[in-house]
Amino acid sequence: MTILEIIQILIFFSLLIGLTPILGKYMANVFTGNRHFMLPVFGWLERLAYRFIKVDPNEETNWKSYAFGLLMFNLTGFLFVFLIQLFQAVLPLNPAHLSNVSWHSAFNTAVSFMTNTNWQGYAGETTLSYFVQMVGLTVQNFVSAATGIAVLLALIKGISRKTTDKLGNFWVDLTRSTLYVLLPLSIVLAVLLVGQGVVQNFNSYETIQTLQGAEQVIPSGPAASQIAIKQMGTNGGGFFNANSAHPFENPTPFSNLLEMLAILLIPASLTFTYGKMVGSTRQGWTIFTAMIILLISGLAISLYAEYASNPVFGHLSLMEGKETRFGITNSLIWSTSTTAASNGSVNAMHDSLSPLSGMIAMINIMLGEVVFGGVGAGLYGMVIFVILTVFIAGLMVGRTPEYMGKKIEAFEVKMAIIAVLAPSFVILIFSAWASVSQMGLSSLNNSGPHGFSEILYAFSSAAGNNGSAFAGLNANTVFYNLTLGIGMLIGRFGVIIPVLAIAGSMGRKKITPLSAGTFRTDNWLFIGLLIGVILIVGGLTFFPALSLGPIVEQLLLNNGITF
Amino acid sequence: MSTKQNISLFDKALLLQATKDSVIKLNPVALIKNPVIFIVGLGAVLTTVIVITGGLQGNFSSFNLQIAIWLWFTVLFANFSEAIAEGRGKAQAESLKKNRTQTKARKLVGKQEVSVFAPELKKGDIVICEAGDVIPSDGEVIEGIASVDESAITGESAPVIRESGGDRSAVTGGTKVISDRILISITSEPGNTFIDRMIALVEGAKRQKTPNEIALSILLSGLSIIFLLAVVTLPAFFGYSLSASGLPGSENLTLPVLVALLVCLIPTTIGGLLSAIGISGMDRLLQRNVIATSGRAIEAAGDVDVLLLDKTGTITLGNRMATNFIPADGVTVEELADAAQLSSLSDETPEGRSIVVLAKEKFNIRGRDITNLHATFIPFTAQSRMSGVDLSSKDGKTHQIRKGSSEAIRTFIHNNNGFFPQKIKDIVTELARQGATPLVVAEDDKVLGVVHLKDIVKGGIKQRFSELRKMGIKTVMITGDNPLTAAAIAAEAGVDDFMAEAKPEDKLQRIREEQANGHLVGMIGDGTNDAPALAQADIGIAMNSGTQAAREAGNMVDLDSNPTKLIEVVEVGKQLLMTRGALTTFSIANDVAKYFAIIPAIAVSLYAGSNGVGPLSALNIMHLGSPQSAILSAIIFNALIIVMLIPLALKGVRYRPVSANVALTRNLFIYGLGGIIAPFIGIKLIDLLINL
Repeated sequence: MTILEIIQILIFFSLLIGLTPILGKYMANVFTGNRHFMLPVFGWLERLAYRFIKVDPNEETNWKSYAFGLLMFNLTGFLFVFLIQLFQAVLPLNPAHLSNVSWHSAFNTAVSFMTNTNWQGYAGETTLSYFVQMVGLTVQNFVSAATGIAVLLALIKGISRKTTDKLGNFWVDLTRSTLYVLLPLSIVLAVLLVGQGVVQNFNSYETIQTLQGAEQVIPSGPAASQIAIKQMGTNGGGFFNANSAHPFENPTPFSNLLEMLAILLIPASLTFTYGKMVGSTRQGWTIFTAMIILLISGLAISLYAEYASNPVFGHLSLMEGKETRFGITNSLIWSTSTTAASNGSVNAMHDSLSPLSGMIAMINIMLGEVVFGGVGAGLYGMVIFVILTVFIAGLMVGRTPEYMGKKIEAFEVKMAIIAVLAPSFVILIFSAWASVSQMGLSSLNNSGPHGFSEILYAFSSAAGNNGSAFAGLNANTVFYNLTLGIGMLIGRFGVIIPVLAIAGSMGRKKITPLSAGTFRTDNWLFIGLLIGVILIVGGLTFFPALSLGPIVEQLLLNNGITF
Repeated sequence: MSTKQNISLFDKALLLQATKDSVIKLNPVALIKNPVIFIVGLGAVLTTVIVITGGLQGNFSSFNLQIAIWLWFTVLFANFSEAIAEGRGKAQAESLKKNRTQTKARKLVGKQEVSVFAPELKKGDIVICEAGDVIPSDGEVIEGIASVDESAITGESAPVIRESGGDRSAVTGGTKVISDRILISITSEPGNTFIDRMIALVEGAKRQKTPNEIALSILLSGLSIIFLLAVVTLPAFFGYSLSASGLPGSENLTLPVLVALLVCLIPTTIGGLLSAIGISGMDRLLQRNVIATSGRAIEAAGDVDVLLLDKTGTITLGNRMATNFIPADGVTVEELADAAQLSSLSDETPEGRSIVVLAKEKFNIRGRDITNLHATFIPFTAQSRMSGVDLSSKDGKTHQIRKGSSEAIRTFIHNNNGFFPQKIKDIVTELARQGATPLVVAEDDKVLGVVHLKDIVKGGIKQRFSELRKMGIKTVMITGDNPLTAAAIAAEAGVDDFMAEAKPEDKLQRIREEQANGHLVGMIGDGTNDAPALAQADIGIAMNSGTQAAREAGNMVDLDSNPTKLIEVVEVGKQLLMTRGALTTFSIANDVAKYFAIIPAIAVSLYAGSNGVGPLSALNIMHLGSPQSAILSAIIFNALIIVMLIPLALKGVRYRPVSANVALTRNLFIYGLGGIIAPFIGIKLIDLLINL
C-alpha cells in the first residue's frame, strides 16, 4: 500500500465521521416534527400527500396497524412493479423495444426492489425499459429505503416512550423520510454526479463503430438520478449491469468517493439520529463505534488479503475483476462498505476478490447486515443484537436485563430470536438445497469451494437484503429467481415484523430510571460485548459453511490450488 | 428443624438419592420441560439406535458407542444437577413433614372438644391449644395469650408471645405452645398451610419457571434452533465439497458425528444448570430463614432499587438510649445521675436500663438493692406518664423521685408547688430539635435536670447503606417521628431519603409513586396496617411475628422477623441473576473452542492431497490427536463441564456489593474470557488423555 492510499482511507472515514452528526441532527429534527430548513421547500408537498392518501398526520397507531399499513404499502408496490415488467413491451418509454420480462424474473425483481435488496438477476440495460426503471424501480428505491427508516422510527418511539401503545404514523414517517431526507440528498448527489460525467438522458442506445471496426452498442438513459438513490438508499441496483464499475455510472475518482460515502452516509447518520431521539447521543455513538470497528476490521483483513503476495502468481495485488481506474484500496473500501451497508452496488467484481476478502464481504452480510446496514434496517437489526447482548450479559450485574430502562423479557427475546433466525434460515437451508440439487448446481460458473461460495453468497445477499453478487452465478433461472425472491421476503419481513412487535411491547413498558445498578449500554465495555455477541451469535452459525467455502479456498490458494 | 443447617455439597445420602433421581428424570415427559437437554436426549437415543443396528449388522462402531455414552452422560449430568438442588431442599423439608402428619388437633365443635387429625382441619375451624400442644395448622389467635416455641420453622429457640388482637396474633402450624391456653381460628385450607407451601417450595416440586427463566429458556431454545440449522445443512455442504474433492458421497458425515457437533454447539451447560440455579436461589434464601412464596419474588428482589425501611429496628436499635445527663442550675451532674439511676433501678424498659448503664459508665454509680433502700418502685402508667421511686429516708420523710416527659414532670412539680425553670424548658426544646427525646428528672418539688435519650443508629448500617448506594439502590427511612427528628436520624444513618410522621397509608402512597416513576420497591413490615403496602410493593417481606394479614400480603416471610433481612434478600436476588448470566455467557463463549475442535476433524479429508490431510486441518490449532479423539474430547468436555459447574450453580457466583459496571467487568473477565479459554485447555487435556 502506498501512503496515498492510506490518506484516501483516512479522508473517507473522516468525512463519514464528520458528516454523521450533521445529517443525524437534521434527520432527528425532521422525524420529531421540529422546524427545519427543508420545511418551506417541501412542506406543501407533505401536506398535499396526506390529503391525497386521506391520512390524518396527527393520528398515531399501535404496532399492529403500523405493520399492517407497511405491509399493504409494500404489497401494492410489489404488484405494481411485477405487472409493469410483465407488460413493458406495450408500455411507453421503451426506445430499445425490450420485450416483456419472464414471470419469475419479474417476481424476483419486484421483490428485490420492494425489499431494498436490489438483487439483479437480469442485466439492467438489456432487460428493463426506461419506464420500468423509472416508474417502477426508482420509486421503489426511494420508498423501500423510507420503509426501513419508518420501521426504525417506530422502534425508537417504542424505546423512548413509556406506557403507550402509540408508535407514530407509518404514512407520516414514510413521507417525511422520502421528502426531507432521501429526495434532497439524491438530488444533490445526482447533480454532483452529472457534473462528473454520469449520463442522464432519455436517448435510445447508440450503435457505433469501434476503432477496430467492430460494432458496439453504447447504452444511455436517466442514470445519474437512479445511481444517486441506489447509493443513498442502500439499494445498490445499478442502471447498467456492471453497476458502478461502469464508466457511465462512476466516471472519476471523485465520483467514486461520493458514491462510497453515499453508501454509508444515511445508515451512519441514523445512529446519531437514534441517540438524539432516545435522549442520549452517547447511546447512538456507542452503536456507531461498534459498527465502525467491525467495518474497519473487515477492511483491514481485506486489504491484507489483497495486498499479500498471491501464492499462485507470485506477485502482489491482482487486478483481475477490479477497476483499474480506482485501484485496489478503493475497490476494497467499496466492497466492505457495500456489503456492510446492505447496499450491494459494486465497483469491482466480488467474485474476483481473494477468498479472504470475499469472505469478509460475505460475513458482513451474514452478520445480519448490522454493520451500518441498510437505511433504517441496519440500525434496527443492530438494536436486535443490542437486545440480545443486554439479555445475555445484563444478568451479570444482578438485575433482570433492561435496555434504556425497558425490561427485556420473554416476548422481546422471542422476537429478537426470530429476527436473527429468519435470515439464517434462508442462508443455510436454501444454500443447502442449491448445493445438492441439479437446479442449483447447473448455474455455477466455478467449481470447488469457489462455486460453493457463489451459492452461499447469493443466498446471504438475498437474506441480508444486500443485493450484491459473486458474479459467477447465473441466477436468472426459475430456481434461483424464486428461491432468492422468497429469501429476500423472509430476510426483510422476518425481521421487520418482530422489530415492530418489540417496538410495540417496549412502548407499553415503564422506564426504570438510571442508577449505579444499571447495566450501562453506552461505554467501551458494552461496545466490546456487543461485538462479541454479534460475532459469536451472528457469525459462528456460519462457521461450518464458511470453512467449506472461502476458508478452505484460501487455504488451498496458499497451497497453490485455485478454482 | 433448623433451616439454618448447612448441608454439605458432598453429603453421601444426598448424592446417592440425586444419582437415582437423575435416572428417573430421563422420563421424556419430565425431560421436555428443558428443551436444550431434551435435544441432547433425542440425540442420545438416535445414536444408541445407530450403534445397536450397526452392531446387529456386524459393523459395530466403538466410536459411535462412545459418543452415545457421553451423550447419555450429558443428559444424566444435567438431571443430576437439578436432582441435587432439589435434594438439598427436600432434606430440609423432611422434618417439617413429620410435624405435619403426626399432629392431632383439639377441635372445638359448639362447646364440645373433639380430637381430629390436623390435615382434616378446614378454614374457619376453632381449635384449642394448651401448653405442650403442637399448633395443628395456620391460624389467628382469637382468645388468650401464650408463649410459643417457633423453633420448628425459625430455628430460634427463644419462645415468642402470641396473643389475640394486635399485631402478634398469627400462629403457624407445626409450632408448639409452651405456656397458657389459646383459641385459634384456622386460616388455611388443608394442604395449603404455611408449612405445606414451604415444603413444596423447598422441594421444588411445584416450582414454576420464573419470568426471567422463561425468557432465558426462549433464548436457549432459539440458539439451539439456529445451531440445529447450521448442523442439518452441513451434510449438504459437505456432500458438495466431497464431490468437488473427488471423494465418494458415502464419506459424508455420519449421524452420530452430526449429533455430537450439535450437542457441543447448543448451550447445554446453562441449559443443564438452569433449574439448579433457580432452586438453589430458593435454598439460599431459606438458609437466611426467609421463605419466598415464589421464585419470581427472588428475581424481583434483584431488581429492587428503592427500599422502604422502618426506622425502628432496621436503622436504629429498637429503643432510645440515654446518652447524657444535663443538670439544672444548682444541681451537680452526679446528683442528677444518682437520682436518675435510682428512679430506673426497677424500670425494666430498655430506656430505664440504658440510664442505669450510663450512670455506671459515666460516674461509676453501682446498682443498689431497692428493698435495702426502703424504696417503692412507681411504674409507668398511661395516666401519670412517669415512673420513679418513693424513698423513705431516715427522717421518716418520703422523697418522690420521678422521671418522665417534660409535660408530665411539669404537672408533677406544680402539684408539689414547685417551679419548672426556663433553662430546662430550653434544653428540652433544643434536644427535641436535635431529634432526641428529653426525659426530665425531678425530686419532690425540684427539677434536677434532663436525661438525653437518643435513637441509636445500628452499628455498620451506614456502611451498608453506602454499599446499597453503590449498587444503585435508594434507601428511604419511614418513621412516625416529627420531620426534625427524622432528618437528624436520616443524616446520621446515611439514608437517601426519609418520610417523617408517616402513616401506613402514606407508605402505600409512596410505593405507588415510586412505581409510577419506574422504580421497583422493596419493604418489610409486620402489622395489619402494613398489609396493603406489602401487597403493593414489588418485594414485600412480612415478619413471621406479624399478623396473618401481613403474611398473606407479602411475597416473602422472614422467619427471624429481622428488619435488616430486606437487604440480604436483595443480595440473594442479585446473586441468583448474576449466576444465571455468568453461566449463560460461559456456555455461549465455549462454542468458539468446540468449533475449532470439530470442524477440522470432520473436514480433514476434503480437498486432501496425496498425504490424505486436507487444508482445513490448518484450523486444528489445538493439535488434537486424531479426528475421532477431537470429536470425543469436545463432547466429553461438554458433559464434564456441567458436573464441574454444579457447585457454582448451587452456591452462586461470588457476590460483592459493587456498582453494575464493576460487577460486569469482573464477571465478564471470569466467565466471558474464561468461557472462551477454558474449553481450549479442557479439550486439549482430554484429547491428551484419550490418546495416551
